[in-house]
Amino acid sequence: MRHRTPIALLLAFLVAAPAARVSAQQPPDRSAPPPAGPAPALALPAIQKRQLSNGLPVWIVELHEVPVAQVNLVTLSGSAEDPAGKFGLASLTSAMLMEGAGSRSSLEIADAIDYLGADLSTASTSDMSVVRLHVPVARLADALPIMADVALRPTFPAEELERQRQQRLTSLLQARDDPGTIAALAFSRVLYGASHRYGTAQMGTAATLNGFTVDDLKTFYASEYRPANTVLIVVGDTTPEKAMPLLESGFGGWKAPAAAPAPDVALPEAPEPARRHVYLVDKPGAAQSQIRIGWIGAPRSTPDYFPLQVMNTILGGAFSSRLNMNLREEHGYTYGASSQFDMRASAGPFAAGAGVQTDKTTESLQEFFKELNGILAPVPADELARAKNYVALRFPSSFETTGDISRRLEELDVYGLPENYFASYVQNIQAVSAADVQRVARRYIQPGRFAVVVVGDLKTIEAGVRSLGLGEVTVLTLDQVMGPPPAN
Amino acid sequence: MKRAAALLGVLLLSAPAFAQAPRLELPYTQFTLPDGLRVILHEDHSVPIVSVNVWYHVGSARERPGRTGFAHLFEHLMFMGSGHVKPGQFDEWLEGAGGTNNGSTTSDRTNYWITVPSNALELALFLESDRMGYLLDAMTPETVDAQRDVVKNERRQSYENRPYGMADIALTEMLYPEGHPYHWPVIGYMPDLSAASYEDVVSFFKTYYAPGNASLVVAGDIDTPTAKTLVEKWFSDVKAGTPVAPMSIPAVQLTGVQARTLEDNVQIPKLYLAWLTPRHLEPGDAALDVVADVLSGGKSSRLYKRLVYDMQIAQDVSAFQDSQALSSFFLIEATPRPGHTTAEVQTAIDEEIAALQGSPPSAREVERAVNQIEASFYDRMERVGGFGGKADLLNAYATDTGDPDWFNEDLSRYRALSPSDITAAAVQFLPRDRRVELTVVPRK
Repeated sequence: MRHRTPIALLLAFLVAAPAARVSAQQPPDRSAPPPAGPAPALALPAIQKRQLSNGLPVWIVELHEVPVAQVNLVTLSGSAEDPAGKFGLASLTSAMLMEGAGSRSSLEIADAIDYLGADLSTASTSDMSVVRLHVPVARLADALPIMADVALRPTFPAEELERQRQQRLTSLLQARDDPGTIAALAFSRVLYGASHRYGTAQMGTAATLNGFTVDDLKTFYASEYRPANTVLIVVGDTTPEKAMPLLESGFGGWKAPAAAPAPDVALPEAPEPARRHVYLVDKPGAAQSQIRIGWIGAPRSTPDYFPLQVMNTILGGAFSSRLNMNLREEHGYTYGASSQFDMRASAGPFAAGAGVQTDKTTESLQEFFKELNGILAPVPADELARAKNYVALRFPSSFETTGDISRRLEELDVYGLPENYFASYVQNIQAVSAADVQRVARRYIQPGRFAVVVVGDLKTIEAGVRSLGLGEVTVLTLDQVMGPPPAN
Repeated sequence: MKRAAALLGVLLLSAPAFAQAPRLELPYTQFTLPDGLRVILHEDHSVPIVSVNVWYHVGSARERPGRTGFAHLFEHLMFMGSGHVKPGQFDEWLEGAGGTNNGSTTSDRTNYWITVPSNALELALFLESDRMGYLLDAMTPETVDAQRDVVKNERRQSYENRPYGMADIALTEMLYPEGHPYHWPVIGYMPDLSAASYEDVVSFFKTYYAPGNASLVVAGDIDTPTAKTLVEKWFSDVKAGTPVAPMSIPAVQLTGVQARTLEDNVQIPKLYLAWLTPRHLEPGDAALDVVADVLSGGKSSRLYKRLVYDMQIAQDVSAFQDSQALSSFFLIEATPRPGHTTAEVQTAIDEEIAALQGSPPSAREVERAVNQIEASFYDRMERVGGFGGKADLLNAYATDTGDPDWFNEDLSRYRALSPSDITAAAVQFLPRDRRVELTVVPRK
């Protein structure tokens, strides 16, 4: 049984009513779908906030259903902090934490963690770098010191940097084979350009990867990984009483280096395109064309967050959204069409996209624009209600596992969301009106100014795409999208 | 003999790291409806959601020649409406209630899950029972055509247009002789997808989608007596069908090395080595899971350390026992680094397999693998719905063993293994002279 402290019960989450009593064996009335009872209350997990002796904040959520624990050390620095000319440094630094730490080598870390049945990993996004430990709770005390070494005492061995470099260069080479990856990278590149951080893959390019030195890693680590910049999140079958001594001994002695931290980087505003532009990338013989349509969307801090969630659900955020119903269910052009706002500290991209069969590329583009234009018109009340319910009512399922909850807490921390963010989430979704949806659609969906990226077999699709007259057409090479390939 | 050796192993092996681990239990209530539907209920009130999970005991292995891919195409048709649900309403109603849903098809079974807030349980049961009882009332040739196009695009996206995607299809063609039900891919061949007809749908539904050939799990925030009543209500009018005889096919084995080269739109070649291995839960199956872990589970595993870390001749390497109902296969995949060849990689892999066949792994290597497997059992207990959540696992165990709560027995298969069992499995099941060797090379 989970231990949960109920906090604010929400308007839409009244009291769980037991299902009506029914007598068995009577043929059911199938003339209408059975109505749902009142939405059940989600007892939001209480976040127990503590602090280590060095000031490092600790957020603990108890979850006693399964004997496991999740511990995430979240540092508020990610690839947005990559210096100019060193794109990929945050990502590489994060990966290199695992390649030697304390007295252990890369292989010794892996062996020790695997032996405990634990999973220790590092990751970075635009806005954070995180070390994550998932472990049977019986082994938490054994695994935490290894995690602490990885997070606090990385050694950055030169030969491991070389291994990581070669691994990543080969990944970049392989990315050139995958039409979906090419489309995503091309889309970011044409929107943000090569000098804005969002215009290049997290990993960087072959050129930047070839330039990285151990000193680069040490400098980035020293300036960005600091207790004042970090939160420790613990979710699982433990209590503050049990966990705090372990965390104190692992992380309480962590002190910031003497050197001043790097100043926070504010990414430049990327200009919104003035008119629609089509970009084609050739993939000879491709069975499908990968399409991405959109432009620069909104930052995570946007006051339009909730209306955007609802609007995008109507357009392309769920299975029964318009784009999927049209391109997949009505026309059969694709296995799935969708849209999303990738919200980060600065405005990330909005993209609608799909892989469509090559000989329906032109028709698919027409249907995409039909729906992108269609969302500008008032949304019918039943469709709006369905979208709001979809977003609001499935909210509890994002609090099911230790990993789920830890990710929600990461989001709370990284984007500085208010204390009552989760408690008021459902209300905020249900408060979105048809007028709100129309307003944000008109602000954020401007199909006449969108970038259109198509990666496919140009000898088959180019004439048809041009015939649509969507706008100026530019054919990009892979090198223009991703930089020159790594030398073998 | 195998059984005796395994028991001896338990006695000799030093205490595994998690000997004190708590017992994993999934309390459940089970009953069978008059129409033959097996029902399993499990309460978990930690989050107010419910998962409704159905397994139909039919997969691509039941397909006829010329109709490959049909079981999976049929899975798509199950979402297109039924007697009392118009096209599109299945997803509209579920998503409007905050639900999500999906399905999947393998060679052996087709599963469907719906996850809803617990107040919408009855909606999920209505939809699930309506398509079990009344699918054909809504089926039309146009519906079949529409999903035929979607499935063809799934094939294009997941196989034809994905780097190395066609290797999966080539592998089973090489492992299993023509006519064997695992020879053809679950996704099917394009001409067969084109040939699938409305009449095929009717006959497949009548043959394989009867309640007696299915099992239903309702797991999550339920009250067991209420859920039982609701299940009885909604499934009581589903008509019983004719029992489906179990599949029986002669055992297959490879008699030599089957080698093939396949061209793809890739820049780096890739090597696949595959062997036919014991069926799911047969002696040797669990040992081969551990063989896979010893070879490629984590950076300190033998193949990763040798190929990727020490020699740096490979970008990646993985080994995997693909356990299935009629016959399994063990697969090793490796991608050489630019400047290195699949031949170099194959030589190093063969040396590592020979080493494992020559002497038992250390006790620590086996414990490391078993500890990882045990931890993966905990992880599967964290989620109620979706693929691989508790509802899906209850159905999987019920299907495979008759006992929905078979977690501890499953785990004990691994805890019983000794280092010599691992070597014995490698010797018996991974012979160098009876296997498939597939190389994907850049298209010229």
